[in-house]
Amino acid sequence: MMWNFKEHLENIAVIEDTGIILTYGKLLEECEYLKEKMAPRSLVFIFCNNTAGDFLGYVACITNGCVPALLNYGLEKEQEQYLLNQYKPHYLWVPLSNIDEYKDFEAIYSIYNYVLLKNKNSVEKYKLYDELALLLTTSGSTGSPKFVRQSYKNILSNAKSIAKYLEITATERPITTLPMNYTYGLSIINSHLLVGATILITNKTIMQKEFWEFFKAQNATSFGGVPYTYEMLKKLRIFNMDLPSLKTMTQAGGKLLSSLHKEFAEFAEETNRKFIIMYGQCEATARMAYLPSDKNLSKIGSMGIAIPGGKLILVDATGAEITTPFTTGELIYSGDNVTLGYAESFADLEKGDERHGILDTGDMAEFDEDGYFYIVGRKKRFLKIFGNRVNLDEVERMLKGAFPNAECAVSGIDDNLWIFTTDENAQNDMRKYLSEKTGLNSSAFKSKYINEIPKNDSGKTLYNYLKFDS
Amino acid sequence: MENNEKYLKVFMDIFEIPKDEAIVLKYQDIDDWDSVGHFNLINELEEAFDIMMETDDIIDFSSFDKGKEILTQKYDVEF
Repeated sequence: MMWNFKEHLENIAVIEDTGIILTYGKLLEECEYLKEKMAPRSLVFIFCNNTAGDFLGYVACITNGCVPALLNYGLEKEQEQYLLNQYKPHYLWVPLSNIDEYKDFEAIYSIYNYVLLKNKNSVEKYKLYDELALLLTTSGSTGSPKFVRQSYKNILSNAKSIAKYLEITATERPITTLPMNYTYGLSIINSHLLVGATILITNKTIMQKEFWEFFKAQNATSFGGVPYTYEMLKKLRIFNMDLPSLKTMTQAGGKLLSSLHKEFAEFAEETNRKFIIMYGQCEATARMAYLPSDKNLSKIGSMGIAIPGGKLILVDATGAEITTPFTTGELIYSGDNVTLGYAESFADLEKGDERHGILDTGDMAEFDEDGYFYIVGRKKRFLKIFGNRVNLDEVERMLKGAFPNAECAVSGIDDNLWIFTTDENAQNDMRKYLSEKTGLNSSAFKSKYINEIPKNDSGKTLYNYLKFDS
Repeated sequence: MENNEKYLKVFMDIFEIPKDEAIVLKYQDIDDWDSVGHFNLINELEEAFDIMMETDDIIDFSSFDKGKEILTQKYDVEF
């Protein structure tokens, strides 16, 4: 059993900004209704739009032993179709307004503006690995159908650890600022459900008046944000906003600028709030490290220490553990929240644990004399764009596939991906294509025309020669 | 540049859309006017008109028309 809803039946589990309210008792009841509608251990695609409907769908699947794949409601249609073909889910849980889009499925149950659709085609019998609980796309999945396979133990251990280091109690009222299908957003939900807290659910953004009205009316106590969120909050002059209920702000999804880290840490200290920097990855369920709030100002730029129950080490090029402070090495995490592995189609859902509790993060880091870690670079070529991990080699492959006549290479820094191409006229199309495929705002994609892509003698792209404005 | 033109140009440049689309645009009408797009839009407008917008005005800025109204009433921009 993932959560013990019976321990706090009277508590309110979720409040949607439209007024829908569910107690834990009611949530349990709704889960029971859904249990009768879904065959045990079936695969369910949930299209999330941050409402009571997708929240219930997720909780019901986990509680009833079905395996949900959480997908963005705005997922590009071609990608959606590809995923449907690759995984052949038994059921879909979609917003009621989208019911007519799925001709191969029939509606069998509806509640809170969501509808359960059953696959009309006889779905091939396939077995889901017993411990498999949940499928999530690797954050910022660039059009690839790759899912991260998370187990019940993964989710529970990470939720418990998070609840412990953030000292989450039943009186907490986090407000959603991140999509539920995004691992960080989901981890906030999971850790609060564990203790019987109240989740304030909305799909309004912090740039909308309705968000702040809901925040104030419902006395939100915490929220999470990626680096970009904190830039926006600064623009919104949160330092001057009257938010008496706010107690905790968390940050993950990429490294925050040191200047912003400092400003928010000082703001938190002055106003007696907590500001917690965290580090994680979908491959580790969600969280791997956090910076305790009392170290905020003395460890600016640090990603902190391993979460309770986890362990972080650095290894050198030979794989030997580094024991000397300020020595750069590859960051390796171990713990119960290290996920089972990836899936690329339904056949992979039968697979067991391929990682055995150890994750190679792809980040290069060092630690100081007190054992606090600092990210200093990346081993793999990826960027974080608005909190989403974007693999640069994958982006390059996609561009080459879609624009076969143009030569191109990609590089950049977080929140700014640069396309270098020898086809001057294709620049805009390339940027638009990537924005569409990733679902990320097109302002993240910049382009530059160059005469030729710099390469070495063996034909490998020399990325250091690609110069861009930062 | 005249204010009307300047205001319109910011919208057309940020969202890469033609004039007829810009003048009727509302928040979230297009994918690019999401929270990130809004942030960029406010930054550009602040620079173009040399103003600093207040929280309430930033979050109330829900359309092309509404933005004009806010700039006129609160920041003395004449259209």
